[in-house]
Amino acid sequence: MDKTLLVSAIKKGTVIDHIVKGQAIKIIKLLNLASHDKRVTLGLNLPSKTQHHKDLIKVEGRELTPAEANSVAILTPQATINIIDDYRVVKKFTCKLPEKIKHIIVCPNPQCITNHEEMDTNFQVNQEKKQVKLQCHYCEKKFNQDEITSYNT
Amino acid sequence: MPKKINFQGKSLVSITDLSKLDIIQVLKIADELKKEPQPHLLDGYVMGSCFFEPSTRTRLSFETAMQRLGGRVIGFAEAGTTSGKKGETLYDTIKMVSGYTDVVVMRHPLEGAARRATEASDKPILNGGDGANQHPTQTLLDLFTIKECQKKLQGITVAMVGDLKYGRTVHSLAEALRHFGARLYFVAPESLQMPNSICEELKTQGIKFSLHENIDSIINKVDILYMTRIQAERFPDKMEYEKVKNIYVLTPRMLDKAKPNMRVMHPLPRVNEIETGVDNTPHAYYFEQAKNGLYVRQALLGLVLGKL
Repeated sequence: MDKTLLVSAIKKGTVIDHIVKGQAIKIIKLLNLASHDKRVTLGLNLPSKTQHHKDLIKVEGRELTPAEANSVAILTPQATINIIDDYRVVKKFTCKLPEKIKHIIVCPNPQCITNHEEMDTNFQVNQEKKQVKLQCHYCEKKFNQDEITSYNT
Repeated sequence: MPKKINFQGKSLVSITDLSKLDIIQVLKIADELKKEPQPHLLDGYVMGSCFFEPSTRTRLSFETAMQRLGGRVIGFAEAGTTSGKKGETLYDTIKMVSGYTDVVVMRHPLEGAARRATEASDKPILNGGDGANQHPTQTLLDLFTIKECQKKLQGITVAMVGDLKYGRTVHSLAEALRHFGARLYFVAPESLQMPNSICEELKTQGIKFSLHENIDSIINKVDILYMTRIQAERFPDKMEYEKVKNIYVLTPRMLDKAKPNMRVMHPLPRVNEIETGVDNTPHAYYFEQAKNGLYVRQALLGLVLGKL
């Protein structure tokens, strides 16, 4: 059986693996990966031993910061981040749900002050049962992760 | 004797900013000010009164509170008279006003505006309502009124009636009453019932509550009947509003079954949900409630300015 991965290996950069199926495109948006000239390879519905199906993102020439990696956790808490150098994994870690997320999320409440003034958003992140809940520091509304549809880039 | 909390320089944006002890302290001081006015407590202090949208009770009672403590007031009563109309940000307006004043009271149509204002100001901000979000001084005056007419706050039974879906007043009051082990009855048509998120939180905190569709079934059980207005402006579908607008009208006859100590409260303005005949019964307490706003706001001003 051919065990070669369907997407090619990268020389240097980041591989975000074990993404919950269907979330990779949102992560591309969240991390604004499409707006620079680095090569990004996206795998959707790949077979996975642990998840049945998973998504995967490879970003060439860019190492995700811990803050960026943790922001991924709001969409897919069990994702793993692999930092690649010279085709080898030099660092591997799982995302950690941050306590707060500044700037990245656009508040879905159209009446929230953050949608009317030039200012950073700020969300408190809480794990309630199995759901990730995000509470806006300003309008105090709570949202499920799937209610967040826009990100500041 | 509970430890005295230092409020000096602190802002009040949300009722959740206050612990049970904070609330008890504010109510105690408001009670003292009601019994013994302090007309020179805030001599020399200036309050900025920034009302970006119209208000009657909140603005007038805050301004009167300041003046009756000896302080002075500057400000505006509608956004049209400010530089906001020229495109000035809320941040800049508040930064400027806080440079002129010692404390800023504000109301704004956008949710989160008061929290944003605290970032612009090195003076305390008192939130007089930010859109549908928070109105913490209303909640404090509601608690003060309940304590005043029932002689206690612990373990009372409260029915909230009307628009429980959109009404910020009932959301904050339910939130605050969790500190005092209240039994809550939510009376509303299905389409305007208390949001699930709030019911879930009350469940988590072990607060007993039940949902009802008519006042008659609970009026004999409660200490407080908290009426609210069904707000036409909240309904996207005017037909839906027409169906429910007169669903709860409290009449003097309905009060026959009420306990003698039961009091009717309402954040006002009322439209037609309380017949004027109720005003003359011993159960009516909504005008006292509105008046109590004065003492609670005096207490807050004195506390955040470090004079109490």
